[in-house]
Amino acid sequence: MNVGVIIGIIISSVLIENYVFSRFLGICPFLGLSEKPSTAFGMGCAVTFVMTLSTAITWLIYTHVLVPFELEYLKTIAFILVIASLVQLIEMFLKKSVPSLYSALGIYLPLITTNCAILGSALLCVQNGYNLIESVIFSFGSAVGWTLAIVIFAGVRARIVFAETPKCFKGTPIALVTASLIALAFSGFSGVELPL
Amino acid sequence: MNENKFDIKKHFFSSLFDQNPILVQLLGTCPTLATSKTMIDGIGMGLSATAVLILSNLLISLLRKFIPKQVRIAAYIVIISGFVTAVELLIKAYLPSLNESLGIFIPLIVVNCIILARAEAFASKNKPIPSMIDGLFMGIGFTFALGLLGMIREFLGTGALLGKTIIKGYPENGFITGNAGAFLALGCLIAAVSFILSVAKNKKGGNK
Repeated sequence: MNVGVIIGIIISSVLIENYVFSRFLGICPFLGLSEKPSTAFGMGCAVTFVMTLSTAITWLIYTHVLVPFELEYLKTIAFILVIASLVQLIEMFLKKSVPSLYSALGIYLPLITTNCAILGSALLCVQNGYNLIESVIFSFGSAVGWTLAIVIFAGVRARIVFAETPKCFKGTPIALVTASLIALAFSGFSGVELPL
Repeated sequence: MNENKFDIKKHFFSSLFDQNPILVQLLGTCPTLATSKTMIDGIGMGLSATAVLILSNLLISLLRKFIPKQVRIAAYIVIISGFVTAVELLIKAYLPSLNESLGIFIPLIVVNCIILARAEAFASKNKPIPSMIDGLFMGIGFTFALGLLGMIREFLGTGALLGKTIIKGYPENGFITGNAGAFLALGCLIAAVSFILSVAKNKKGGNK
């Protein structure tokens, strides 16, 4: 396994192809849960955990179950079922054996099933033809990038509360305009060429 | 909502304007931002989601008495993903260019919050025909908002509409068609809608 490839995948998934600002995945929780940086970070951790695990499992299922039986067209159904049951399992497992982690992540876990970044990550890994290690690294990097985006955004948003915005821009519209400015900053990474 | 007296006209306008899934309820923002680069993409996405919405609302409404309450979300997701796969295969077969421009967002209709929200809020409590109509109207509201956003972005970004050049020699504007422009355009559109709705409310305020 080439170290350069790994670093390349990490940098491109965290910064260049950031899920929020360049692929538009996981926007709903991005807008909904970014009122406070601490909440945003908690959600980010939960997403990172679930995304890495679910991408590994969906990759295994796709390669070793769906492809041999020529059932690739069922991947959407299979993946969403895996993700939904995995989230349920993680929730039950954490509740029993790691209660401290459960109380920290618990409230975010049910929301993750409908976070399109998780399903998107599983689908993108299959679409890009990554192997297992690359898939895990890609999904981990993407989740870190998502967390980075949501924490930065929550920080900016905490300040906007004090600013005077026009009445009709209050709330979500001004948040979207802010996101646009951050996306502009992130688009500066798009010129970076990685020696892959 | 009253099941017997289903006010179609009122429901239609509310799903188009004051209950619009994207512009007021803020559901399904991911596909909205990603597929509104051009008007055709936006409408294509909107219609695919509408088809899934109608069919899943119908089936969930038919099965509403058989699905146990505890596992209903999982059951809804399986039903929705079945229809999404059907739509995905149809688009791949008959509209390959749309498939290319929408890409990963076709399978991601499964996790579009609008569909699950309508299943939970409407189809699981109402009869099949009103549920289908609700799906159709919500889908129209979604398509309307996506098409409008796509129109704004395509026109300001390339000076064209539906792929036809309107203004000759228009300088290509990468900002609007790019990612940052998507957020900005949606933010401004939502602000404009909330402004119009608040004006309309103030006018009506005297009667209420």
